[in-house]
Amino acid sequence: MSYKLTYKSFGERAILVEWPAEIDEKIIKDIISFKDLIKQNSIEQILELKTAYNSLLIIYNKCVKNLDNEIAVIEEIYSANKTSNKPDFFLWRIPVCYDDEFGLDLELISQEKGISKAEIIKRHSEAIYLVYFIGFLPGFLYLGGLDKSLEISRKSSPRLHVEKGAVAIGGNQTGVYPNESPGGWNIIGNSPINFFDVSKEVPCFAKAGDRIQFYPVSLKTYRDIKTLVDANVYQMESELLL
Amino acid sequence: MITVLNPGFYSTIQDTGRIGFQEYGVPYSGVMDKRASDLVNALLGNDKNEAVLEMTMTGAKLKFEKATYIAISGADMSPKLNDNPIQLNKIITVKPNDILSFGKLDIGFRCYLGVLGGFKTETVMHSRSMYKNITKQFMLQRNDKLSLSEILVSNIKQHASIRFDSSYLISNNIEVFKGLEFDLLSENQKTQLLTKAFTISKDNNRMAYHLEETLQNNLKPIITSAVLPGTVQLTPSGKLIILMRDCQTTGGYPRVLQLKESSIDVLAQKFTGNSLSFSLKD
Repeated sequence: MSYKLTYKSFGERAILVEWPAEIDEKIIKDIISFKDLIKQNSIEQILELKTAYNSLLIIYNKCVKNLDNEIAVIEEIYSANKTSNKPDFFLWRIPVCYDDEFGLDLELISQEKGISKAEIIKRHSEAIYLVYFIGFLPGFLYLGGLDKSLEISRKSSPRLHVEKGAVAIGGNQTGVYPNESPGGWNIIGNSPINFFDVSKEVPCFAKAGDRIQFYPVSLKTYRDIKTLVDANVYQMESELLL
Repeated sequence: MITVLNPGFYSTIQDTGRIGFQEYGVPYSGVMDKRASDLVNALLGNDKNEAVLEMTMTGAKLKFEKATYIAISGADMSPKLNDNPIQLNKIITVKPNDILSFGKLDIGFRCYLGVLGGFKTETVMHSRSMYKNITKQFMLQRNDKLSLSEILVSNIKQHASIRFDSSYLISNNIEVFKGLEFDLLSENQKTQLLTKAFTISKDNNRMAYHLEETLQNNLKPIITSAVLPGTVQLTPSGKLIILMRDCQTTGGYPRVLQLKESSIDVLAQKFTGNSLSFSLKD
């Protein structure tokens, strides 16, 4: 933990800690371990913590009366430079059907990039993505690690309805729509997995710091997995990262 | 039990929100106007977090199946019990088969109905606040049955009277702090932001209020970072967006202002065409 951090008040009940304004694996790991350290210190007045690419928001249960005091407490934890008791991180293998039935924009990307559909699917499913954080919508994973050759700008007019499970590319990011919603990313497939399950105490299987790999499945396998997921008996494939 | 005879334009059950799930991208939700909701709960001797009914623009028509006490606050939608006008900010006794209805919207935009012991609808992630894809239902519908608390009417601890200043319902003054990217604005932009009158556009709902007037803008988007209810974002086209209780958890537009929490209540009572101006607090 050696970054120079800035601490700013955010409204009456939160402090935003900021790292250098870059999207970088080392930074996100530092943010996650700082978050875990603060959690392990269980400071009574802290209600919850939320991370993004280069920030950690600390939300308090009351108005922050003395900002400098609270910052000092947090800064102390960071500079003590202890290693947090790291939670286990996993690599999740996620089935994706890239069939034309789902891959609405595959043809367009193929033409624009001069890469065959099969090659797009190969490059998209070979990469191992890092979960930077969950945000925007319930269960939406911000993933880093998209192959540069697949980067493509968002659609100029967003679709009003993007199906639940849609796997898509927007700029240098790829992701899965956890629920039906409007969206401007280019859709290349669909995953039968639930990325957000309200019936679970922890609604998302993945967390910041985990990794994701997609693997292509046929339409038939997609439907079989979907049936298991809907019946709540599907076993997710994962591997402990060391 | 209450039967919904007519849900009104947009009515939802809300408590103080879904806290502790921001790291999964789950919005806080919760009552838009906390001041009004706190008041109805306080009048009824309820806990602050008991769920209330939030009605937007037009009121609901409800039939009570058992005797209870209710209280109404926030916007004045001309409430009536069995066609007789009733007062806001006061405990009202309700008998079985009584019908509560609302008429003309006089002041404000969101009206709150509290019941003794609170509404006992579905709880998801420690909250009854309705939100699409989280609760089964995201707004009230005709013929819904709403469960109430089993508290006996005789157990009520009524407060004799509560002093309530309802002038916030007509205030145009939105108190703000500097936002995280405020200092990136030019002096001219800052002056405009803090002196101009802004008009609420038709895009206003529980997620966000968009403003009509634009601000000349040359700020680049930021790397996606945290936002909160009350965050004022400046889009590349110069539009200002004030995030409200159902807002997303993160965003990529510069955060130029942050509303004081009490000003979120003020804004929650405004609607299309209303004007407002920002005043800076330190």
